Amino acid sequence: MGISLSNIDKSYKKQIAVRNITFDVNPGELFGLIGPDGAGKTTIFRILTTLLLPDNGKATVAGLDIIKDYKAIRNSVGYMPGRFSLYQDLTVEENLNFFATIFGTTIAENYDLIKDIYEQIAPFKDRRAGKLSGGMKQKLALSCALIHKPKVLFLDEPTTGVDPVSRKEFWEMLKRLQKRGITILVSTPYMDEAALCDRIALIQDGEILAIDMPQAVVNKFPKDIYNVKADNMYKLIQTLQRYEHTYSVFPFGEFVHYTDKRVIFKTAELQQHLESSGLNGITIAPTHADIEDAFMELAKK
Amino acid sequence: MKNENVIEVENLTKAFGAFKAVNAISFEVKKGEIFGFLGANGAGKTTAIKMLIGISHPTSGKAKVVDFDVYTQPEAIKRNIGYMSQRFALYDDLTVQENINFFGGIYGLSRKAIRQKSKDSLVELGMHEISSKLVGSLPLGWKQKLSFSVALLHEPKIVFLDEPTGGVDPITRRQFWEMIYKAADQGTTIFVTTHYMDEAEYCDRVSIMVEGKIEALDTPKNLKQQFKVASMNEVFLKLARNIE
Ligand SMILES: Nc1ncnc2c1ncn2[C@@H]1O[C@H](COP(=O)(O)OP(=O)(O)OP(=O)(O)O)[C@@H](O)[C@H]1O
Ligand SMILES: [Mg+2]
Repeated sequence: MGISLSNIDKSYKKQIAVRNITFDVNPGELFGLIGPDGAGKTTIFRILTTLLLPDNGKATVAGLDIIKDYKAIRNSVGYMPGRFSLYQDLTVEENLNFFATIFGTTIAENYDLIKDIYEQIAPFKDRRAGKLSGGMKQKLALSCALIHKPKVLFLDEPTTGVDPVSRKEFWEMLKRLQKRGITILVSTPYMDEAALCDRIALIQDGEILAIDMPQAVVNKFPKDIYNVKADNMYKLIQTLQRYEHTYSVFPFGEFVHYTDKRVIFKTAELQQHLESSGLNGITIAPTHADIEDAFMELAKK
Repeated sequence: MKNENVIEVENLTKAFGAFKAVNAISFEVKKGEIFGFLGANGAGKTTAIKMLIGISHPTSGKAKVVDFDVYTQPEAIKRNIGYMSQRFALYDDLTVQENINFFGGIYGLSRKAIRQKSKDSLVELGMHEISSKLVGSLPLGWKQKLSFSVALLHEPKIVFLDEPTGGVDPITRRQFWEMIYKAADQGTTIFVTTHYMDEAEYCDRVSIMVEGKIEALDTPKNLKQQFKVASMNEVFLKLARNIE
């Protein structure tokens, strides 16, 4: 009941969209495709949902072949495309009703599956979808993708533009869906969400950089990493970018994550360099890499 | 000096029928400030921005943007501000260069000024080699950076950025913030919404909207202190829907 891809290639005219994509998603697994816009995530989703034919390679979804069995696949999967596909001039409730009807079911029949998320937009059920805020549209689109109780769920950037509270609730809901045996392939640009998947594939420029459990990806980060802070963040970043020993420097919330090129690195030396560059209120302390550090490191190569 | 107000808002309200999408908000933004305008989905951020940039008429309340009144001088406001909408704001079927020329023209720049500005921006963005590519073929992060440059073409006093980094990859997202820092450093006021809480930490001050009202407004440091938490993410979780 999982998903399997082997050696999938796809080009649009001369542009290579994805190359030699091979991975398996186990039945009941919550699997994340992590990568920036344009990395090829959407192409993979479109191939798996039978909307696009690959140039080469084989793929199955819930044991069904994406070419031979495309009709059966369409009935047993749920797909939430990145750019939502709602009817802007139908109301919230009419949209949901519409999707229920085309799959031969009713809202009432599967309501328990969508309850948590739908309740948040239910107060606006008579509002036209076109008038909803960006995040409210995403919630409606997800409800629509779930209304026929799919076996496999494809979610292409479901939380882009969704606020932190709702993102948290959204992932709690994905975990509950997973417990009901639904296999989920989800893509996201939010790295903190990658940590919530069973396994992830990091993807860039149409190729897979790594496939593993999220913690294993983080553990492979090759450098010691430091939190650096100063009164003037902009100046701090600029100073570090010009420092000859800098390996990488990225703003991270109230800190900057810094790694040094040298094998032996003394924080006192960096402290001194920053002071002599006119920065004040400097702190430097070791910290741990997170998944975002790991991704940026892999993406650099 | 950061003491001059470039935005002054008092009891600003927008109602759709009986529903108040923006409900009597009041605040000021200072020149050169990076002002983070946060809030849950549907809190009213985009609706408030539309009133501030002079494209939507308030139901009631007052607002002055760069010394101009939103009721009587919306045209003057539009000339003095830059705006990047939540959905992408450039033409996909024009090239990078054509987009710059087009928007430069709209903002009333001379040909010479456009030529100079576009050269500068393309170098800064590292896009001079792809200036004849269609914008539609660029990765989202590049589009957003280009879009920001375009919003700065006419040297506006304030730029309004509505979720500029939603869906953008981690590296480009950071490059985008470096552009924001740079513009602010040169005196441009930045008014920005985001759902990334690490980005909230980059702002000088942050307001958090909940169901049409501003429930908190302070520096990230003070907000964390006030709510006795370690990160802006926790501040947001505490406030935005009163959970936990
Ligand atoms: N033209 C309109 N008619 C009716 N309701 C509207 C209209 N425009 C916005 N709204 C409603 O006003 C509220 C605020 O919407 P707004 O787009 O300002 O939210 P937001 O804070 O920008 O959210 P997001 O983070 O999701 O972008 C929502 O409930 C929305 O449905
Ligand atoms: Mg909005």
